[in-house]
Amino acid sequence: MAIRRKLFASIAMLMGFIFSTVAFASDLNMRPGVTETSIEAFDLHMQVIYVMTVIAIVVFGAMFYSFIFHRKSKNPKPATWSHSTKMEIIWTAIPVLILIYLTIPAIKLLLKMEESKTDADLTIQITGIQWKWEYMYPEQNITFISSLSTPRDQIDSGSDKGENYLLEVDNELVIPAGKTVRFLVTADDVIHSWWVPDLAVKKDAIPGFINEAWTHVPEDAIGTYRGQCTELCGKDHGFMPVVVKVVSQSDFDSWVAQKNEERIAAEKAAAEAAASSWELDKLMALGEEIYNGKGACFSCHKADGSGTPPLFPALKGSQMATQADQLNDHINIVVNGKSGTAMAAYGSQLTDAELAAVITYERNAWGNDTGDAIQPSQIQAFKAGN
Amino acid sequence: MADHHPTGIKRWLFTTNHKDIGTMYLWFSFVMFIVGGSMAMVIRAELYQPGLQFVDPNTFNQMTTMHGLIMVFGAVMPSMVGLANWLIPMQIGAPDMALPRMNNWSFWILPFAFTLLLLSFTMPGGAPNFGWTFYAPLSTTYAPPSTDFFIFGVHMMGISSIMGAINVIVTVFNMRAPGMTLMKMPLFVWTWLITAFLLIMVMPVLAGAVTMMLTDRHFGTSFFDAAGGGDPVMFQHIFWFFGHPEVYIMILPAFGVVSEIIPAFSRKKLFGYASMVYATASIALLSFIVWAHHMFTVGMPVAGELFFMIATMLIAVPTGVKVFNWVATMWKGSLTFETPMLFSIAFVILFTIGGFSGVMLAMAPIDFQYHDTYFVVAHFHYVLFPGAIFGTTAAVYYWMPKWTGKKCNEKWGKWHFWLSMIFVNLTFFPMHFSGLAGMPRRIPDYNMMFAGFNELASIGAFGLGLVQILFLFIVIKTVRSGEKSEKKPWDGATGLEWDQIDTPAPYHTFDTPPKVS
Repeated sequence: MAIRRKLFASIAMLMGFIFSTVAFASDLNMRPGVTETSIEAFDLHMQVIYVMTVIAIVVFGAMFYSFIFHRKSKNPKPATWSHSTKMEIIWTAIPVLILIYLTIPAIKLLLKMEESKTDADLTIQITGIQWKWEYMYPEQNITFISSLSTPRDQIDSGSDKGENYLLEVDNELVIPAGKTVRFLVTADDVIHSWWVPDLAVKKDAIPGFINEAWTHVPEDAIGTYRGQCTELCGKDHGFMPVVVKVVSQSDFDSWVAQKNEERIAAEKAAAEAAASSWELDKLMALGEEIYNGKGACFSCHKADGSGTPPLFPALKGSQMATQADQLNDHINIVVNGKSGTAMAAYGSQLTDAELAAVITYERNAWGNDTGDAIQPSQIQAFKAGN
Repeated sequence: MADHHPTGIKRWLFTTNHKDIGTMYLWFSFVMFIVGGSMAMVIRAELYQPGLQFVDPNTFNQMTTMHGLIMVFGAVMPSMVGLANWLIPMQIGAPDMALPRMNNWSFWILPFAFTLLLLSFTMPGGAPNFGWTFYAPLSTTYAPPSTDFFIFGVHMMGISSIMGAINVIVTVFNMRAPGMTLMKMPLFVWTWLITAFLLIMVMPVLAGAVTMMLTDRHFGTSFFDAAGGGDPVMFQHIFWFFGHPEVYIMILPAFGVVSEIIPAFSRKKLFGYASMVYATASIALLSFIVWAHHMFTVGMPVAGELFFMIATMLIAVPTGVKVFNWVATMWKGSLTFETPMLFSIAFVILFTIGGFSGVMLAMAPIDFQYHDTYFVVAHFHYVLFPGAIFGTTAAVYYWMPKWTGKKCNEKWGKWHFWLSMIFVNLTFFPMHFSGLAGMPRRIPDYNMMFAGFNELASIGAFGLGLVQILFLFIVIKTVRSGEKSEKKPWDGATGLEWDQIDTPAPYHTFDTPPKVS
């Protein structure tokens, strides 16, 4: 009997050890995050793990006890009973009690997380677009696109990958610490999902609908928090990270001021660029930069313009990019996108000069050689005519 | 009575014999298992290291999509129907399935359905690339042209499944031997009867979903397009109304299998037979009211989230009853550990681990952190691979003597088991950690912090894949030159198929119904 107990105890200890090592080792577990809700979610997660560990020790312990002491060599005559109403009632009732014990904190936390924060200090609209995020601060008059900034060669070749490989963007979402921030989440094309583990905010971005979420990062948690799109949204689903920079209120205010200055300067520069006449060389140079950079045209149409037909049509030698009578269609598809496909409307994402440059590039690169030098003014005229 | 036994290709094409059809289902599912498995190998090869090495992201998405579709509809479901065909008539004392011609048809639809689906790889734009859950609008307006082949493939599989289910229900209700009352039926028959009702109720829902997709794609409707007054989230509600019962369709027959095998090798009657039946029925009923736990992040009203969270957690109660009953069956039994028993025990343990993560996922406020990460991938692979697939594997080892008259080699069987056991855990356990660390599902490339877990999972997956080739080898060797089996190779086995039928089972069994006392 003593041996049995010892054995049982050691099996229980071993299993307890495995489970708790797993749970405690920091890089093997969920991160607690920085907000009140994320920490509470973490605590609840740990609570469930403890409960499950205890159940596992009891159930698997009983099984292993059987394997050892009720094997044929030890127990040649099996018992003949096959029913016990009392036992069955017990092991129906106990799980019910355990579940009630787990459900109560879960309900409390859920109600807290799902509160509607219409009185938030700051509201931000988040729009998922294949494969980037647009952030709009309606009250601050700021809108920008946030897309992956990991260099292409880190992805495609074995070259050294940075610490934030695939989790870095050109423009981070900036929010103030110590304030309640309300997110209105939607999408332009397919369903995306906006997730930052450290804030415990995950909300689906659904075209045609607006979902609501909120966060409140405490003032001592200034820093940068990274996440990813978590709903399969097509080809580059794995390449649209979410980066949130949490700053102090004063830093946030100066960021807002700076963004507004930048916007005014950019509008002015765009107007100037649009007013001037551009040489083909200059358009081609800018166009190539946009095509392979900010516009990310290459990610579908490929750097050599060959595309992946029929999903992503080739531009090289295509009717639209070479025929003079289809120039208007070409401008139209770049400016307004094509609904029901991954072709986004770049009209609001790029300046008129950039649009003109990229269209020029598409009409002259890869042997398309139309000689067309599309001017920003043409784009303006097209937009005005729309 | 002469044992009419056709031969040649016509035997297989025109057969109405439940044993032949069962064999064809099982072989078909194994072929699909290998096809779907090779796609998993591509996925794991790409994920072995950070960076893009082997396939481009679009091909990667085709791999995850087709792996899921083929494993669910091509490997797991047909394997269960194969077992049903072989076993149900023998276990209830019937000469065959009630509707033999429909039985033939429901099998022969499948090769065509999957040819249609697999052909999509050769089409411009490639195969479906929107995940096996095919959420709209990614699967409607944004999908490749081959999606229409996928839609018709799903229609055909659905027809096949519904006919299979009708056959099971009609057989069980009408063809039991005298004295075989419902509450005397082996648990495998019970779990399949309940599964068949689930199939009949949800496969039409799936057919409806893909039909709506089809009309959205081609006939100008906007069921799932907000711009036309539709709702992409409605697609998810419809899909998961099918999808959640579907996961029980895949696992309930495996519950039945281990409920046959564990008593046999414990040499003790199944503990709590009646509560096993009721637990199975409760799981099936509850499966209809929990679907939206797959959708906690879509922005449901909080009342909805509460309802689906609590209903889902309730499923743990009947599932717990089943696990406790299996443990109680072994308790004070006289256990031996032949290959079928090993697979069944692994089933109980690993399925329970999948159950634990299931309860965690059911809790909405923490599901926000788990949802659509590798934690979910770990969870459902734990209930599907060591669940459904170990269940089928155990069944093959257990009933192989009855089917072929030959026993599988125990030594090879044990190798198959232990290697599968090690590799299945090596593959899927690290996925819990990469999920908790924040790695989303369905991504072809990832940050270095997930690299260690992915490397382990990939090594495990390659091993797991290879070991299944060993299984093929074992089966072929057994059929060709296995050791001849006595009538009842397992001394603890019970049931009409062992007590009243020769080994191997003759082509036609129970020309006159047996007497069940």
